[in-house]
Amino acid sequence: MSEPTASGGPIIAPVGAGSTEAEGLELKVRSQWSYARDRFLRHRMAIAGLVGLVVIFGAGALCNYIAAYPLGYVDLTNVEHGPTTFGHHFFGTDTTGADELTQVLYGIRTSLEVGVFVAVVSSVFGLLVGAFAGYYRGLIDNILMRITDLVLTLPALAILLAFSSLVGQRWPSLRGNLWVLSLILAGFFWTGIARIVRGVFLSLREKEYVEAAKASGAGDLRIMFRHILPNTLGPIVVNGTLAVGGAIITESALSFLGQGITTPNVSLGALVATAQSYPEAWWLTIFPGLTIVLIVLCVNFVGDGLRDALDPTQRRVRA
Amino acid sequence: MPEPLLSITDLVVEFKTEDGVVHAVDGVSYELFPGEILGIVGESGSGKSVSTMALLGLIPQPPGRITSGTAMFQGRDLLQLKKKELQEVRGKEVAMIFQDPMTSLNPVLTIGRQLGEAIKTHFPDVKNEEVKERVVSLLDLVGVPNPEARYGQYPHEFSGGMRQRAMIAMSIANSPTLLIADEPTTALDVTIQAQVLEVMKRVMAETNAATILITHDLGIVAEMCDRVVVMYAGHIIESGDVATICRSPRHPYTIGLINSLPKLTEDEERLEPIPGAPPSLISVPPGCPFHPRCFLSQGREKCRTEVPALVPAGDGHAAACHFSEELVGYQSKYSKGAEVA
Repeated sequence: MSEPTASGGPIIAPVGAGSTEAEGLELKVRSQWSYARDRFLRHRMAIAGLVGLVVIFGAGALCNYIAAYPLGYVDLTNVEHGPTTFGHHFFGTDTTGADELTQVLYGIRTSLEVGVFVAVVSSVFGLLVGAFAGYYRGLIDNILMRITDLVLTLPALAILLAFSSLVGQRWPSLRGNLWVLSLILAGFFWTGIARIVRGVFLSLREKEYVEAAKASGAGDLRIMFRHILPNTLGPIVVNGTLAVGGAIITESALSFLGQGITTPNVSLGALVATAQSYPEAWWLTIFPGLTIVLIVLCVNFVGDGLRDALDPTQRRVRA
Repeated sequence: MPEPLLSITDLVVEFKTEDGVVHAVDGVSYELFPGEILGIVGESGSGKSVSTMALLGLIPQPPGRITSGTAMFQGRDLLQLKKKELQEVRGKEVAMIFQDPMTSLNPVLTIGRQLGEAIKTHFPDVKNEEVKERVVSLLDLVGVPNPEARYGQYPHEFSGGMRQRAMIAMSIANSPTLLIADEPTTALDVTIQAQVLEVMKRVMAETNAATILITHDLGIVAEMCDRVVVMYAGHIIESGDVATICRSPRHPYTIGLINSLPKLTEDEERLEPIPGAPPSLISVPPGCPFHPRCFLSQGREKCRTEVPALVPAGDGHAAACHFSEELVGYQSKYSKGAEVA
């Protein structure tokens, strides 16, 4: 470690601006994040995943512009045509003659919206729950964590199905609504982050720098969100990334089972479900199915890469 | 005599543990005057830190409990303040320097941001540029070279001595009137200790803050302090100005402490330890807590039955020993040369 006063001068040199330039010492400011970025960039799978995600999600986000046909365009003269370059039907057409690639692109956009929304909402909520539970301990911790345990023990898919269909019956206008579904999903996804954040808060609240912050007059909220929270960002980012993948898979499963996103919105899971009835049109199953797999695979690679990059206890980078 | 800045009376702090109640601080009283540096000396577990942590409400409750006592600071009893009022006092009027600069700084915040936090906690409306300016000048004051660049660095990029300087800068960020330094140099090696003590001296002169310096190093006390309080097993057993205590101590424990220091001017083969071990604070010996280890108490009934009170032993000097008159005229091995540290 550099010790700029170790040059043999007076113990406390009268220090003015530029005095160290004379000593020829150069200080390069490097943050934890810059080390993490370097580690991430050396993680080959993570980079591959990131590139894949950028391509797939980029295409989904720009589906209005790059899809060859508008959503809902049908051509009854050209139904169930296999993949072809003719008319840019690269993924073929479905039983109404609609372009499958167009639908997959819109489906990706749905997945992207659901995944990001669920990850953000569940991370923020889980973080709040975990922070309060871990910081205050005792009764608050007990109540919050027992609720968390309860949510964790629920059979998620069954409850989601029931809940989703209940909402659909009660408020028919919300049936198949993307944001309602995302909220329901987020209601299940916050538990993991809550437990992780609680664990970190439990250990960090005993640290001396927290005591030092307390001794300098910081209140509870200031200590929680200014002093402890930055220490938990690593695990939160990793978990949030993995939640994107989890949410996309679960949304697809729900849509596949008919209780997720329905028309006019397109979902990859719903596309696969429709294709079930037409086994001869293999492209209707393969392309949306493969897209789901690719998205989740890429998300998990990125998540793993982030975990390796942000975990300060693990300096070694697996590539 | 000027008005004391801080006056602690009969402070009692206990901790409930599974093995019983720990009497960490048992009836401690002392005063601190403006601009003064008071040393609190004692071995580990003598209650030196706890007695000051209690002032700022930093004792975890439970298991800790402040059973009695008052701590008057600028007309208010610190021990009776509400949480919000206490937060106002902490870091603004009373600031603390912690022992271990390695763990007292948050590893994920830059030094500049942490020092800025100390200011912003109490003055949330100050503009960010002003905070930065102040932080840079503070770092400059404590002798951190190239403070502009150091501002954006993380604690792991600082050496131990530099971190302790940053901690000192943080403690004086809001110009407190009382500074509590809890073993500020214990975690540092000797050469860095000297530098940090120099910085502390300079900072104290600059801010004119009254300081409580907690240490187990008599050398540091002799070097830095005006007055000293010696603690043993949660009690104050002797207090007075530094020169008096070092040259003519009136309590056998203080004598033991001084005699256990090696003397540089003589060739000493062995150190002279105090026989025995400090008592468990769960079952403090009856009478004088020091009597099982004391060379004066052997066979004397009074030492085993009566807790000695702190009685004046001349000009500002007080000792809690039944037989302290027998030590009148006792010369410590540092008394002749007056050469203490």
